[in-house]
Amino acid sequence: MKTLLTFILGIVLFSCAENSKKNLAEDTSDTIELSESETSDEVKPLKRIEFGIPVYNFPALDEALLHKDNDSTYIVNFWATWCKPCVKEMPYFEKIAETYAEDKVKVVFVSLDFPDRLGPQVVPFIEKNNIRSEVVLLDDDDANSWIPKVSTKWQGAIPATLIYTKDKRAFFERSFTYEELEEEVQTIL
Amino acid sequence: MKNKKIVFVLSLLLMASFAFVGFSSGDNSEDDGYGIGDLAAAINLLNTDGKMVSYDNYPDAKGFIVIFTCNTCPYAVASEDRIIALDAEFKDKGYPVIAINPNNPEVQPADTYELMQAKASEKGFTFPYLYDKTNTIYAEYGATKTPHVYLLEKTDEGRVVQYIGAIDDNVRNGSAVKERFLANAVYELLDGKEVSVKETKAIGCSVKQ
Repeated sequence: MKTLLTFILGIVLFSCAENSKKNLAEDTSDTIELSESETSDEVKPLKRIEFGIPVYNFPALDEALLHKDNDSTYIVNFWATWCKPCVKEMPYFEKIAETYAEDKVKVVFVSLDFPDRLGPQVVPFIEKNNIRSEVVLLDDDDANSWIPKVSTKWQGAIPATLIYTKDKRAFFERSFTYEELEEEVQTIL
Repeated sequence: MKNKKIVFVLSLLLMASFAFVGFSSGDNSEDDGYGIGDLAAAINLLNTDGKMVSYDNYPDAKGFIVIFTCNTCPYAVASEDRIIALDAEFKDKGYPVIAINPNNPEVQPADTYELMQAKASEKGFTFPYLYDKTNTIYAEYGATKTPHVYLLEKTDEGRVVQYIGAIDDNVRNGSAVKERFLANAVYELLDGKEVSVKETKAIGCSVKQ
């Protein structure tokens, strides 16, 4: 009887593990599928520099910043100067980048401000708040096609954050406190 | 004895499968709110004209274009003229716009009832702009951002959610729109067809609670 019980418990645990594994696998296959469809897609990666800030369309952002294959951990935060909860959590991301610099944790702030606000609003904001992490601007209108490419879980609200290494990915459509963010970073490290 | 054992094992398996189901549904906690085909709850909310509005105020409507929006979110502001145009286009066809502000003014001071009234009169809103005072409707529907659209079709069973998502494929620039997701969905319903694009995504401001 005892062996049976262990056996059943084993099945349960195994299927749970399988389940979470499957979720991870689904995430990966999703990205693979996207790079395939990108080849048939007419939209070419576009990057320009304005006011010293790299401005990307989604294919270029995806290529340059969302799939880096090295030993660093990337925290990609989607924000905008007008988004209060985004602005509130930015210092926590800066502190994480500083505290975990030796663990190769890098923060990238992807601004979703409208491109005409880059000079008058985004650049002064970066200077005023002394943002040291990399800031880029995403200039791509067709959000319905690129939001699911960042994460199929993303409804489109900001702040939103992607944390990834070369073999792990986690996505959060929410705000963070410093402690909450640190916990997620430690989970993935 | 043997039978007892089998019953015991079966019940264990049953318990195990429940545990398993519980586990996987826990994974989908972000899917709260309505999905396509769900029935939308009734509303009874305060309009900027001081009157209460519910779906029952529209006995002749074939359905409703429910848009969660707010006063100052740049994406909401960029959509205002399009929301007015949608109401003009579809009200007479049986699909009036109902706008609901989901933000808590204690968290987002730009979204008080008084400032909603100012916005409605300044922009000349032709549709109700409702104050979600109890902050429950947005959560029940599952709206996470502004603007966030729910297209409801009146049926014998109730108000069926037929489309969820964006107004079109370009929130910030109405003149560069290529696909009018919401309008296309309403026309499909008017033609008695199934909505072909049922869910879309757009960037918006998170609901402030």
